[in-house]
Formats: sequence, structure tokens, C-alpha cells
Amino acid sequence: MSEGGAFSRPGARFDRILGAVVWLAAGGIAAVLIWITGDTLQRGLSEVDIAFLTTEPTDAGRRGGIVSVVVSTLMILAVTLTAAVPLALGTAVFLADVSARWSAAAAVVRWSLDVLAAVPSIVFGLFGNALFCVVLGLGYSILSGGLTLACMVLPVMIRTAEQALRSVPAELRMNAAALGLRRTARLWHIEFPAAVPGMAAGLVLGIGRALAETAALIFTAGYATRMPTSVMDSGRALSVHVYELAMNVPMGDRRAAATATILMILVLCITSAASSLLHRRRIFRRSEA
Amino acid sequence: MTAAAISTVTLFVVVLFLIREAFPALTSPGLHRFLTDESWHPLSNRFRMTPMAAATAATTLGALVLAVPVGVASAVFVRFYAPAAAGRAFRGLLELMAGIPSVVFGLWGLLVLVPLLAGHGHSGQHLLAAICVLALMILPVVALSAAAALNAVPESLLVAAAALGLSRPSVALRIALPAARRGIAAGILLALSRALGETMAVVMVAGNVVQFPDSLTRPVRTLTGNLALELGYAGPAHRSVLFASALMLMLAAAVSVSLARVVEGRPDE
Repeated sequence: MSEGGAFSRPGARFDRILGAVVWLAAGGIAAVLIWITGDTLQRGLSEVDIAFLTTEPTDAGRRGGIVSVVVSTLMILAVTLTAAVPLALGTAVFLADVSARWSAAAAVVRWSLDVLAAVPSIVFGLFGNALFCVVLGLGYSILSGGLTLACMVLPVMIRTAEQALRSVPAELRMNAAALGLRRTARLWHIEFPAAVPGMAAGLVLGIGRALAETAALIFTAGYATRMPTSVMDSGRALSVHVYELAMNVPMGDRRAAATATILMILVLCITSAASSLLHRRRIFRRSEA
Repeated sequence: MTAAAISTVTLFVVVLFLIREAFPALTSPGLHRFLTDESWHPLSNRFRMTPMAAATAATTLGALVLAVPVGVASAVFVRFYAPAAAGRAFRGLLELMAGIPSVVFGLWGLLVLVPLLAGHGHSGQHLLAAICVLALMILPVVALSAAAALNAVPESLLVAAAALGLSRPSVALRIALPAARRGIAAGILLALSRALGETMAVVMVAGNVVQFPDSLTRPVRTLTGNLALELGYAGPAHRSVLFASALMLMLAAAVSVSLARVVEGRPDE
């Protein structure tokens, strides 16, 4: 569609006008994106060095580094993945494979996941605070924060894993069934291996979401900057550290930008990993077809 | 099967806990107090929420007004005007933008945008700043879903239109956009639920004063921002009121995402 020559002459001027408008819109978006990332990197990179990554924060984060914050973030992520991955895989298998005979149930599951994906993250924070911190008595802890995030990332993980399973060619499935494989064996030996790249993309997207999250963590994982010794300790995630430094620590914005730089680099690596995994799946599918 | 049940139950547990925590506020002061109290002074039991609800509405609508035209225009760019490589690169850029953490948008807003917007008698932390930051955050949602909807329009339709002598802008605006309207509308509703629920970036640039948003340069506090600012020190009655407002936010998000699915029609499976 991109060759203007395929179209008749009278629209040529209007074509140029609309072309200018849409190029401007796209260019504007690209420019702002470069502005945001460029500015944050420029402010942050000069503060980042080995010491910043290996020492604990002091003076409310104005001095020292972020190592305890990084460790807390990784521990929260580990809790999130431990809780969310098995659930996500099971649900995806249900939606992709079993649900043909349970279409009403599948519709309910899908709707509830859609709604869950749209729930504001601060609302997850309040929920996590009420359930994990208060009712289950876990207090402000890495465990509470990780479990709250697990609820939050479930929908995106399930959706991507389901799509991955669905895109496994039907012939593979049928051949396996014709050879007399049981459903579990078929899932384990045929469908899972074939769907691995897509499911990995879902995992990576979930990690990206969890890393970027702030609002769900301030009332669940808390904001202690000490080095955590167990999942029952309160721990501050990178994103919470950025928020605290920018909003509640006078003169904290240089360190906030430095932490945001680290956070952004992590998230960008993860996002591009996810899209390259999804891309690989597409190639895989084409060669199978 | 069990896993699917647990995943589904998650939603109901979330709703249940919100209701449980909000229950005292919904019964004893009563919902009407959120509208009729004279002000928001939770420490002295005054719970008027209308200014914050209005601020949430104003930031959300403002962000949509800015983001929808630009997002849809950029989707037309990807489908009809961009050279193949540029279109792919631009889409990658949008995906990256969608992944940027909201605190990074907030930090940029606070350090760059707010000083730019500061003027006589106001610090730059106000409604307009919140609208701008929110608009940037929902742009990728609008643009990517509009691009997907335009891509789903059958090629034959566009070729036929071109064969009838329609120019490229006519094909784009009169054939493709109307054919993709359901997908675009669904994307806008998703963006709406995003804007409604965004918290940290808004808290960082909105100024957070509880007052009606009657001017673009007025500091405002949204419902989500209020949760982030006050839950930490809330006593029992106050906490319950905050959970009631969380419940309302959740309902609004649920309605808008359900509407999005209805508008989109059955997803092809």
C-alpha cells in the first residue's frame, strides 16, 4: 500500500497533507521517547559506577549505592515467579487445550483475567496489604510484595503462554494422539517443547511488568533499605527507591535518576528479549507450515 | 484445571477483600457521605470525594484527548505511509515505550516537564502536567491497538477501493479507519482503564492538593494518588473509606475493560 503511484492524481495534494500529518505524529512520538530516555540516561549515567552498584545506600539514599535495593528487587521477583509461573502454565493449558469441552468455564476464566489485567496496580497494593500483610500476618515483607505482584502478572503470563500453546501446529498434536500418547505425555513431550519460546516470552513480559511496578509494592513490600536477610524482611524495590528519592528526599533527584537508569536498562533489555522471543516463534511457525 | 480455578478465584478474592475492608465505610458513614460531606478531612471524619473523582475524570479525559488523535495518526503512518523498515522500527519503539516503568515517566515529568510548565503563581505541578505525562503513558496502548486493528482490515478491501480510483488518504480515512473502528475503540477503552489506574507518575507531577480541577494550572489529587499518599497513616475509619474508593476504581476499570471486549466483538481463536 505504500506506493503512492497506485492511487489516482486528484488526491495527490491531500495525500501529501495527510502524509505530513502522520509523519509528524510518529516523529513526535519518537522524539519524546528519545527525550525521556536520553534525559534520564544523561542525568543518571554520570552517577553510576561500580561503587554505586556494590554498596548499600546511606543518608536516605543520597549517598552510597543500591546493592540492597537490587537484592530486594531480585528476591521479590523470585517470590513472584515461584508463585505465578506454575499457576500461569496450568491455566494456559486449560485455556488452550482442555477448555474446548468447557467453553462456558473458559469464558469466565478469560473474562476474569481481562478484568484482573485492568485492575489499577495501587488497588492490588491495597488488596495485598489487607490479605498478605494483615490477615495472613506476613507484615510488610518481600513475601507479601512478591505474592501481590504474582496476582498482578498472572494475566499477561497466561495470555502469552496460551497463545504459544495454541500456535503449536495442530498436526503435531493429532499425530501424537494418533500414536497413542496420553494427554499428559503429549503436553509434556510435544506441546511444551514446541511452545517454549512463546512461553518464555510470557515469562519475560511478566518479569518486565513486575520490575516496573511501584504502586503495588509501597504498601506490601515496604521501603526498608537494609540488606534483606530473608523473605520476611521488608525490602525496597528499585522502582520504589526512585519514587522515594524523587518525592521524599530533598536533593535526592540525582540518585533517583541513577537508579531510574539502572531500572530502565533492565526493563529495556527484558522488553527486547521478549519481542525477539515472540519473533522467533513466528519464524518457527512459518517453517512448520 | 486447578490452576485455572485458582487464577480465576484470584479476581474474586481481590474483590472480596476490597469489599470486606470497605464494608464499614459503605454501611456506617454510608456512600452518600462521599458526596455530601463539606470537605476531605479524613482525620476529622469528613470524606468528600467528589473533587478527587473529578480530578481522576479530568486527567483521564485530558490524556485521551491528547493521546487518541496522535496515536491513531501514528497507526495510519505505520499502515499506509511508512516504508516497511520504518514502520517496523516505529512499532518496536512503541513496544519499548509501553515497557518504560511509570516512575521513570514520573521522574522525567518532575525533573523536565514541571519546570517547563511552571509559570506565574504556580509551580508546574498541576492538572496539565498530569495530563501530559498520562497522555504519553497511554499513547503506546492507543497506537499499538489501532495499528493492529488497521492491519486486520482485509487487504482485498483496500485494493478494491484503490482500484475504484480512491486516493491513498481516502482509502485510509474512509475505508480502513471505519473498518477498524471496533478495534480502535477497544484500544481506547483499554487506554482509559490504564489512565484511570495510573498512580505513581500522576502523584509525582499533579501537585496533590484536594480541590476541584477548574483550571489546567490547578494542582489536583486523583483517587489513585490519594490511595498512595494516605493509606500509610490511615486509621480504621479512614482506611475503610480508602478501600471503598479502591473498590470504585476497580469497578470502573472492570466496566471499561468489559466494554472493550464487547466493542471488539469475539476474539478470533
